[in-house]
Amino acid sequence: MSDQPLDEGALRALVPRVLASLVRRGEDFDAAEDALQEALLEALRVWPESPPRDPRAWLTTVAVRRLVDARRSEAARTRREETTYAEPQPGATEEGDDTLVLLFCCCHPDLSPASQVALTLRAVGGLTTRQIADAFYVPEATMAQRISRAKRALQGRRLDRPGDLAVVLRALYLIYTAGHAGRVDLALEAIRLARQLTLATQEPEARGLLALMLLNHARLPARRDAQGRIVPLDRQDRGRWDTREIAEGVRVLQSALALQTDEQRPGRYQVEAAIAALHDDAACAEETDWPQILCWYDDLIALTADSVHQDPAAVLGRAVAVGHAVGAAAGLRETDRVRDVLGDHHRWHAVRGHLYELAGDLPAAGAAYADAARRATDLAERDHLVRLAARARAGAPRSPNC
Amino acid sequence: MPKYLLLKHYRGGPEPHHPFPPMDQWAPEDVEAHMAFLHHVSELLEKNGEFVDGQALTQTQTWVRYGGPDAAPVTTDGTLPETSDLVAGWYMVDVESRDRAIELAAYISSEPGPGGEPLYEWIDVREVMSDAPSHET
Repeated sequence: MSDQPLDEGALRALVPRVLASLVRRGEDFDAAEDALQEALLEALRVWPESPPRDPRAWLTTVAVRRLVDARRSEAARTRREETTYAEPQPGATEEGDDTLVLLFCCCHPDLSPASQVALTLRAVGGLTTRQIADAFYVPEATMAQRISRAKRALQGRRLDRPGDLAVVLRALYLIYTAGHAGRVDLALEAIRLARQLTLATQEPEARGLLALMLLNHARLPARRDAQGRIVPLDRQDRGRWDTREIAEGVRVLQSALALQTDEQRPGRYQVEAAIAALHDDAACAEETDWPQILCWYDDLIALTADSVHQDPAAVLGRAVAVGHAVGAAAGLRETDRVRDVLGDHHRWHAVRGHLYELAGDLPAAGAAYADAARRATDLAERDHLVRLAARARAGAPRSPNC
Repeated sequence: MPKYLLLKHYRGGPEPHHPFPPMDQWAPEDVEAHMAFLHHVSELLEKNGEFVDGQALTQTQTWVRYGGPDAAPVTTDGTLPETSDLVAGWYMVDVESRDRAIELAAYISSEPGPGGEPLYEWIDVREVMSDAPSHET
């Protein structure tokens, strides 16, 4: 409702609202999304010259016009009778509901996680296919196919019912972890989407996820040095952590935990956020409250009946906490529990290296880090592990940083 | 302009110029110097306008073939997994000539090893077939 041209962020914020309103009135998701993309292109062309008074209404009108055009040409082509479409739902809808409806569409359990992620970024995040392709380092045509196949898979599904929130949360977390290296910062994108989600639902786990993202993202500026090398948590310059993000993360987490009752225990995102908050809270690595972190890890592995097989990463994370809270030897014994499950994974060996180093056994630490480096699948991580192995083998213990 | 793959190997290739231990057994400062050099090569190729692609591969190699109708794929590590060639990664460059590709490969091979001495590592130089569109049909 302004005479100023919208910036990209404001324009993208309108995408899910307009799209949701089209889906609500019974339009096919696939066709509505196509029509909206065309309307957006039109907007970029026309608005700089003549900005609309109400951008949302403008986009809706143009998208509906495109839908009608598409339907007419299809009807002419196939000589089919034009089907009747449902009347628009009366009354204004909440913005939050719109986001939720769309997230349930895009994160339909029948779609693969990769498709859920791509569709969410486009239909809810308002990114272009090009931007999404860049973020995942695949050709634009590949991403375009992935998106259109996903949309086709949704054809004929009823999309007006509540979906599976756990699937939505997992898709958003996948977006968060996809990285920050591309031209589009997917971590920030995931935080934006998670924030929208917390406006749409009271579910504590949605807040837990947002808190987890914020509390980890806050450490991002300290995670690489000027040469792009990984700096592990205990060596980071904590002065470079984003205190504003930490404060928000803690606030969001507390609001989630406040909703819990004895019947409904905190879910995994809240527990992981609590662990991240305890790391963020330590002024230096030596002041980390490992006993309390261990308590949260106990909660985390209690969430699954058979944590060794259902959540081995949590068992491994807990082994680190045991190593610091109880002793390195006890931590190493904990890692043995998941040797059969994670023994081929680089992180299992990296954790062993860390615990051997904690125990003062540098030759064993060097061997474990080398084993980890051989199994790493990320270049920066591989280089980091090779450095740790070389340093441990040279007999150079890591000095405390405070 | 022709494109070339400059392949690095974990193992395989001609007799090494001299033996050297795996990198995790080098002095930490030698590891840093080696990694800094590889970083510098990528930057140099980009600055020259010659860089197309650079990728590193993990060490896990699996040979796969069709298992036949209604059968699972057949997989193996290979008959001689300890001695067969194992590619570690590559630079793809777009250069003026084959000479330039060989010059770049030799430069990569000068990467510092233990004690800061050049590794003299063999680099496998392969020309990429061009895919020029045919105008005849």
